[in-house]
Amino acid sequence: MSQREMTCLVVDDSAVIRKVARRIIEDFGYAVVEAEDGDSALAICAESMPDLILLDWNMPNRDGYAFLQELRQTEAGKRPKVVFCTTENDVGAIARALRGGADEYIMKPFDRDILTAKLEQVGLSIRTNTDFY
Amino acid sequence: MTEFDFEYLRAYLKQRSGLALSSEKRYLVESRLAPVCRRFNFATLRDLIGSLKITHDGAIERAVVEAMTTNETFFFRDRLPFDLFRDVVLPEALARNAARRRLRIWCAAASTGQEPYSIAMLLQEAAPRLSGWQVDLVATDISSEVIERAKLGLYSQFEVQRGLPVQWLLKYFTQIGEQWQISASLRSMVEFRQFNLLHGFEGLGSFDVIFCRNVLIYFDAPTKSEILGRFANSLIPGGALMLGAAETVIGLTDRLVPDTKHRGLYGHASPQAPALRAVAV
Repeated sequence: MSQREMTCLVVDDSAVIRKVARRIIEDFGYAVVEAEDGDSALAICAESMPDLILLDWNMPNRDGYAFLQELRQTEAGKRPKVVFCTTENDVGAIARALRGGADEYIMKPFDRDILTAKLEQVGLSIRTNTDFY
Repeated sequence: MTEFDFEYLRAYLKQRSGLALSSEKRYLVESRLAPVCRRFNFATLRDLIGSLKITHDGAIERAVVEAMTTNETFFFRDRLPFDLFRDVVLPEALARNAARRRLRIWCAAASTGQEPYSIAMLLQEAAPRLSGWQVDLVATDISSEVIERAKLGLYSQFEVQRGLPVQWLLKYFTQIGEQWQISASLRSMVEFRQFNLLHGFEGLGSFDVIFCRNVLIYFDAPTKSEILGRFANSLIPGGALMLGAAETVIGLTDRLVPDTKHRGLYGHASPQAPALRAVAV
């Protein structure tokens, strides 16, 4: 039996950030879908709930925090691991995101190592060339 | 840089730090030593190496060794060794030392502090089990510069994101502008010391756990054997040595053996006391 492909939704109003994130996440073995705002992201989740959501904070048409609150209100929406990925880097924003239901938090700029570590911290498997043992 | 200068530098680094600089790493020399040339006003790398040959300026010598050693590190690097410490090594040490209620841990290549502070956070999380215990967490590195950085416990946003769960960032760090400083209570748990692994370990005492990860890979086989033999002396019976993923004791010493259940973990080959006891603690 083949293993189900893991899916990741990248939500960011910057096409460049989405492209960079897609390249890294696809290398980890995930199928990636993109959304440029919170409304589009909710629509995608309603159709097919991803395993992982990489979420920007400041976006038009429902920001990341409002999207997360809406998402976590549904039973299915509690399942995805949500990693905020944002330029908001103060303690207050991080604490608010965690209270709102985020599993991890990445402050931009980020790189492959940081993303790898964060996905491991939220318990998601990744396909990687890193030889831990 | 001439072949002669490179060979001189190679022998120089080997003698002072144990660093085995292979010919393939020759390309690193110019980029790593250019800042040292600027700092000490040498016009060329050749002038710097010439100075090493004829003078014994401690500041220049330290700067050269420090520039050529690798300080790559991050919090909970590779993660699994820290899980192993929390779930296997620490509980075993607590059971073994229940009578004397003392635990001694050594990070033998602490670099800028992420490894010892990662251990300190795990110890803090285990605080209820350590109530009434004396815990010594000694962190050493050959570079006095990185040790000074480690003591400050001040990290960039980039550094705190590499391996540190965000919940622990909020719990154990304070934001200072664009940087993050680890709490004073965690800083006070770690005793940082500049120390060269080529020197005798006796003054450090004996340890229940020694972390020496991703360091031996830079040494040649005789130096690795010598250091591993001294780790065997410094470990209390039943103690644990933790090496990096690319490192082993096999073929280098018969006094330490791999733990058959846990990769990266090593202990004494036999339960008898080490051949040479370190300073009693």
